[in-house]
Amino acid sequence: MGRERIVNAALAVLLLGVPLWAHWAGEPFTITLATRAAILALAGVGLNLALGTGGLVSLGHAVFFGLGGYAMGILAHHAQTFTPLPLWDLPGTKSMPVIWLVAITGGALMAALIGALSLRSSGVYFIMLTLAFGQMCFYFAVSSPTYGGEDGLSIWVRNGFPGLNTLDPLQFFLLAYAVLMAVIWAMARIKASPFGLALAAARQSPARLDAVGARPFRLRLVAFVISGAVTALAGALFADLNRFVSPSMLSWQTSGELIVIVVLGGVARLYGPVAGAILLVTLEHYLGGISEYWQIALGAALLAVVLFARGGLIGALAGRPVAHD
Amino acid sequence: MTEPGAILEVTGLRKRFGALQATDDVSLDLHAGEIHALIGPNGAGKSTLIGQISGALRPDAGRVAIAGQDVTAMDTAGRARLGLARTFQISALAMDMTVLQNVVLGVAGAQRGLWRFWRPALRDPALLAPARAALARTGLTGEAATQVAALSHGQRRRLELAMALVLRPRLFVMDEPLAGLGTDGSAALTRTLDTLRVEAPILLVEHDMDAVFRLADRISVLVEGRIVATGPPDAIRGDRDVRRAYLGEDGP
Repeated sequence: MGRERIVNAALAVLLLGVPLWAHWAGEPFTITLATRAAILALAGVGLNLALGTGGLVSLGHAVFFGLGGYAMGILAHHAQTFTPLPLWDLPGTKSMPVIWLVAITGGALMAALIGALSLRSSGVYFIMLTLAFGQMCFYFAVSSPTYGGEDGLSIWVRNGFPGLNTLDPLQFFLLAYAVLMAVIWAMARIKASPFGLALAAARQSPARLDAVGARPFRLRLVAFVISGAVTALAGALFADLNRFVSPSMLSWQTSGELIVIVVLGGVARLYGPVAGAILLVTLEHYLGGISEYWQIALGAALLAVVLFARGGLIGALAGRPVAHD
Repeated sequence: MTEPGAILEVTGLRKRFGALQATDDVSLDLHAGEIHALIGPNGAGKSTLIGQISGALRPDAGRVAIAGQDVTAMDTAGRARLGLARTFQISALAMDMTVLQNVVLGVAGAQRGLWRFWRPALRDPALLAPARAALARTGLTGEAATQVAALSHGQRRRLELAMALVLRPRLFVMDEPLAGLGTDGSAALTRTLDTLRVEAPILLVEHDMDAVFRLADRISVLVEGRIVATGPPDAIRGDRDVRRAYLGEDGP
């Protein structure tokens, strides 16, 4: 396990150290960039369980990301306009823990629905089905005027977390970072558990799973639900970071970006999405400042990873995964 | 005809692919303590028959029962839970995982313990003990931490067997377990199979005639989807139809 552990720890320290340094140096925008990286990494960690461990290439994870975003937007919108939520006569909320719970539950339910319908297919058909569900949700959001339609929803003040001042960039970063680390820890447990082994085996040899008396479909569905719930939580945080949610969070380009994060960093590697998100946000910021065509460089980086470093950044730095400690 | 008490009973099985009658009214059974070998020339329909017995293929007609329970409509996972352990002709193993991880997966499956999300599988003594025992029996203890992709063909065949052992099955269905093994490997695995029949009976599909005639208590000969003869090895060796259809006049 040695080298990968060291690389993981270095990434965790880097992601924590840069904003701490920025705080000391008085550069709040860098803290915001690090927060963006942490939240995108969280979304990638969610996707990585399905895509990496489970081998389920979902081109529809923006659904969960955007659903989390809209959970934040809708609840906060009703709280700031003092209007009750439709259907249930409940007030909105500005409390992050409540918003997160709604996002996680919504993401899990949506993933259960989409998964139950698409996991019966596989390969390119699965990709197309998840894409189709994604586009349905995208156009639904675009055409629903209640919550801003194409223009999206703006939130005046960032939502609150008990005991923290979330308006302070560093405190909000630390909150996002803590959530990311907690979820990565939980993912490590899941991957090493009997369920994680079975999910990985279902990717490599479905017939073997049948032979030991398990049904790949159910394992994949549960993995897809956990994956969707985590990505939805990331979506709620992402919308809170921008204090804005719009249908673009639901677009297929967002799904693609999440896949890029996972592939750049390392498919099925625990810290792969962290490496991928840091690289993506760094390229986006520095190259984006030089030229609006910065995505050419991103494409080149992706090409290099796919051609020369199949394990992504983590694979290039830490070598092949080692199974036994 | 099948007698009561058979662990596996196959009755009147038929399966057609287009114009090809791959399984034509096949009946066979498997009793406690025996090795029942299924032989036949290439294309006789052995794999199709094994597929219907293990649940991967649905028959057009007929019935499959395990320990008296009709499983014809049951899927592969359900039959595995009832105690059918299958080994594959072409190894079906998780190639990126280690030998130990594969076997632990089998133990967890047998214990219906795959729906546990928190405790590391490789730190659970209840999973490790049976897994290590199966590795010891198949001579793979030294390869526990090896990735399956790095195993030799012979080691993969033995891992196939270890995966079946940890299921603690009522019966084994083995599809060419000796395929591709050298003389030494074949002899060693033959000895292992010989001791295995007391734990659970084996339905054995095998091309290695020396092994079949040494191991089997009964042999069924499948030709063009039909069973043309069933009996003890000596009777099969002397059967004129079998010699003509399959073994060749100078067969063993």
